[in-house]
Amino acid sequence: MEIAEELAKQQKAISVAEFFEKNRQILGFDSAPRALITCVKEAVDNSLDACEDAGILPDIFVQIKKSGDYYRVIVEDNGPGIVPEEVPRVFAKLLYGSRFHTLRQSRGQQGIGISAAVLYSQLTSGKPTKVISKIAPDRPAYYCELLINTAKNEPEILKSEEVDWERPRGTRVELEMEGSYVRSRRQSVLGSLKSTAIVNPHARLTLVEPEGNVEVFERVTESLPKKAYAIQPHPDGIELGELIKLLRYTDKKKLRVFLKETFSSIGTISAQELCNRAGLDPEELPTGLGHAEATRLLMAFKQIKVKSPPVDCLSPIGEDLIKAGLEKEFRLDFIATTVRPVSVYSGNPFLVEVGLGYGGELAKESRLEILRFANRVPLVYQQGACAITHAVESVAWKNYSLSQPTGSGVPVGPAVLLVHIASTNIPFTSESKDALADMPEILTEIDLGLKEVSRKLRRYLSRQSVLSDRREKEEIIRMILPRIAKKLSDVLEKPEPDIGPVVAKIMGNLLVYRRLVQQDGHLAIRIMVENHSDLVRSFQLHEVLGEEAVAVSPMAKVIPMGDGYDHHWKLSVGPGESTILSYTVHSDGGPRKEPVVEGLEAEIVTGARVI
Amino acid sequence: MAKTEEEKASKKLEKTAQSKKAQENLTGLAEDLYNQFLQGIVPHITLPSRTKGNIEFSTKEDVWVYGDQETTRSVKTVRGAKTLLKTVHLIELLIKEHLKNNRGSTLREIYYISENWDIAKFHEQSESDHLIEDLEIVTNLHREDFHVRPEEDGAAVFGPLRLREQTRRGEREMHCQEDVGEAGYQIPFNVDNVEFLSHDAKMVIAIETGGMYARLIENGFDEEYNAILVHIKGQPARSTRRIIKRLNTELNIPVVVFTDGDPWSYRIFASIAYGAIKSAHLSEHLVTPKARFVGVQPSDIVDYNLSTDKLTDQDMQALRSELTDPRFNTPYWDKQIKLQIDLKKKAEQQAFAGKGLDYVTKTYLPERLTEMGII
Repeated sequence: MEIAEELAKQQKAISVAEFFEKNRQILGFDSAPRALITCVKEAVDNSLDACEDAGILPDIFVQIKKSGDYYRVIVEDNGPGIVPEEVPRVFAKLLYGSRFHTLRQSRGQQGIGISAAVLYSQLTSGKPTKVISKIAPDRPAYYCELLINTAKNEPEILKSEEVDWERPRGTRVELEMEGSYVRSRRQSVLGSLKSTAIVNPHARLTLVEPEGNVEVFERVTESLPKKAYAIQPHPDGIELGELIKLLRYTDKKKLRVFLKETFSSIGTISAQELCNRAGLDPEELPTGLGHAEATRLLMAFKQIKVKSPPVDCLSPIGEDLIKAGLEKEFRLDFIATTVRPVSVYSGNPFLVEVGLGYGGELAKESRLEILRFANRVPLVYQQGACAITHAVESVAWKNYSLSQPTGSGVPVGPAVLLVHIASTNIPFTSESKDALADMPEILTEIDLGLKEVSRKLRRYLSRQSVLSDRREKEEIIRMILPRIAKKLSDVLEKPEPDIGPVVAKIMGNLLVYRRLVQQDGHLAIRIMVENHSDLVRSFQLHEVLGEEAVAVSPMAKVIPMGDGYDHHWKLSVGPGESTILSYTVHSDGGPRKEPVVEGLEAEIVTGARVI
Repeated sequence: MAKTEEEKASKKLEKTAQSKKAQENLTGLAEDLYNQFLQGIVPHITLPSRTKGNIEFSTKEDVWVYGDQETTRSVKTVRGAKTLLKTVHLIELLIKEHLKNNRGSTLREIYYISENWDIAKFHEQSESDHLIEDLEIVTNLHREDFHVRPEEDGAAVFGPLRLREQTRRGEREMHCQEDVGEAGYQIPFNVDNVEFLSHDAKMVIAIETGGMYARLIENGFDEEYNAILVHIKGQPARSTRRIIKRLNTELNIPVVVFTDGDPWSYRIFASIAYGAIKSAHLSEHLVTPKARFVGVQPSDIVDYNLSTDKLTDQDMQALRSELTDPRFNTPYWDKQIKLQIDLKKKAEQQAFAGKGLDYVTKTYLPERLTEMGII
């Protein structure tokens, strides 16, 4: 026998279950703490998806118990339940699910997650997974104990029966596994549920920790997220192989109809235009087209401008709820949010939402905290490998008031960043769903979103710095200068000096001050006007006197009033310039009050009353 | 040697005159600020900047003093305004409490007194210490003139020296070998109250560590070589530096400095012989330009095969910083510091004990002092 024939005897198919049995790290079960986190996350994701589909406000209960050398994980929801015939395959068959073949935003995509948890549980503890599910209040609950037959990737039912369950409907899953429970860091069951709560403000999550401590993440809104509808693939970025496959297996008889019905955003007109450009007959049978025709069709796709995919295939969190979610978990001074329009990568619609929180109790010297989410699921591990992180690193943050000590990389400052990407198909770098792949279209959208919120932050901070500058000056003027003047007069035993001129200089104000000199029965009065600001100041200055003044320089307009004479000057003083007014009156006809300035704001005038 | 009444009277007069001058200068500073208010000038004071970059060698006195770079402290910022408010409070304290009533406070007491100054209160003692140094600079006086004294007195002196100290309880006359205990004569904070009467000394040895000071006394080095031993207790206090300067200039006794062989000890020597960056305004008063460095030199580590420790990262940094310090910009220090950077080692004074307790007094010091032409 030839060697090749010898070897051929050993060739055999590998079941997907066997494959993952040997490669559990791919699914996120590579360490003891992580196994618990992943298991809880998969079960909670399923519950949230199911509740949203059924239009139920999710109320999810998670309990982790120590059980001998193992941990027991219980996740219970108030969702629609699963019909008994489906329960074994949903939980104990890998790559079995309802979402893989539709283009719609959901947390789960492949139908691996929860069955992977079941697989890990049976590998480490050897125990079956226990499931209870109930689909209506008047129907009995179905209970079963499951294992996965890894050689065949098929469920094995050890026990199944009808039981009583107090909930009107819902699903409960109980798994026992090797693990280790960590607390007080973001990469923990608690941290991951906390993040989940931020982007699912409509859900109530309850966690009972092994020590009995109960944490409840209360819902902040009663309205369910907008339901995402299934759509057809979008023609942007579709690949040749995909197009050939669609053409070959379609049941449509005419190319024109095929284009309209298979793709989203293509109507009669664009279908016609595509056919024209590709040089194909719209009435042709799609299954009859060969490689060359498909290539021409693909070229035509690239030439025409197709409108964006419909938004209703996606369910963004929305600016208000991002804000509410951040406010719930952090004390912040300022929050900026943005929701980008829907965009497309490789035929998949997606959109990016960004929230940036600043100040409050965040540490000033630590690196920006990045909260990453994909379809409302927190991404906890492999931050460094993720497109979101890469987009953050390539922004020049110092243009936006955050420091970036090495010139690039994650910035430093009292800020927290939330980035959510919603898509009908999230491009993860691996099956464990830790990091987004660097798709150029996605990087661009994240970058634009980051810059939008950063600009809002920069505006906020520059407003703050103008305010704090003004506050600082006010502190000097109200609190410190009068005290210095008082102390100096104490030390020198002299009258307190007038701080007005100094105040005007510090505030950049218009300073008005008056000197009176008595000379043989007359009062000679000089009014000095100094402009310490950077702008020309134009205004009127009034002096109300008991009599008409003489030797008035420059000339003033005089208006007699009931009890005196209003002398006024129209003045315009340039920045840094000053002017002097003078006049003489009899000793008893002097000014009764301080000078009055008309036509300027009170804050920018020192030494005169402003009207 | 009793003092005549005349001398006493003139001394007292001198003191009153100095106190009057202090009052005048402080009042003058307050008046400057007051007039700035009247003239509508934003109140400020100008000081030389007290950094390594702004010290220069004064060929007149052979010491390092502040250069021409100035900093302005004005009320334009909250920080500057608060500092000026504190300055005015401090001026009031010094004039009204200290000088007018002939009282005094320690640096630490001043820090506590400011508790009652509301927003002008000092946040830590270094802040009030620094401000007092500023006042010394602006008024061209010493803190003793304001009746401000440091917490601890200076260090100790042991050797063939007879002196008279003016204490609050009368005059005390003593000989610094015969009339003192094993620890020696305690240097008072105001060294200008001490008068040297007679001496029999050929050199002054300023010693960094208490261990080495005691070793030299135990071995009778002071008697054998007619040496005045000064224990400088780490970074020397002003009074210690002042007494060393007076021994050198008034009695014309050569001064040598004996420290550990590490970068921090070279700074001790520098503050005695060249002046300290922080108090360069007092250099002419405190610095002994003729003081010379005995050791431990980096070359001694090789020549005497001393036991050593490794230089830490901070040590290396300090050495490199000394290479750019204008005070160490001499061929001698350049060579020694570069040698030490190569060796990556440092040695304590006590390292000589490894060769026997008498080695330092019988071999090392006599050899080094002969080399330096002192014996």
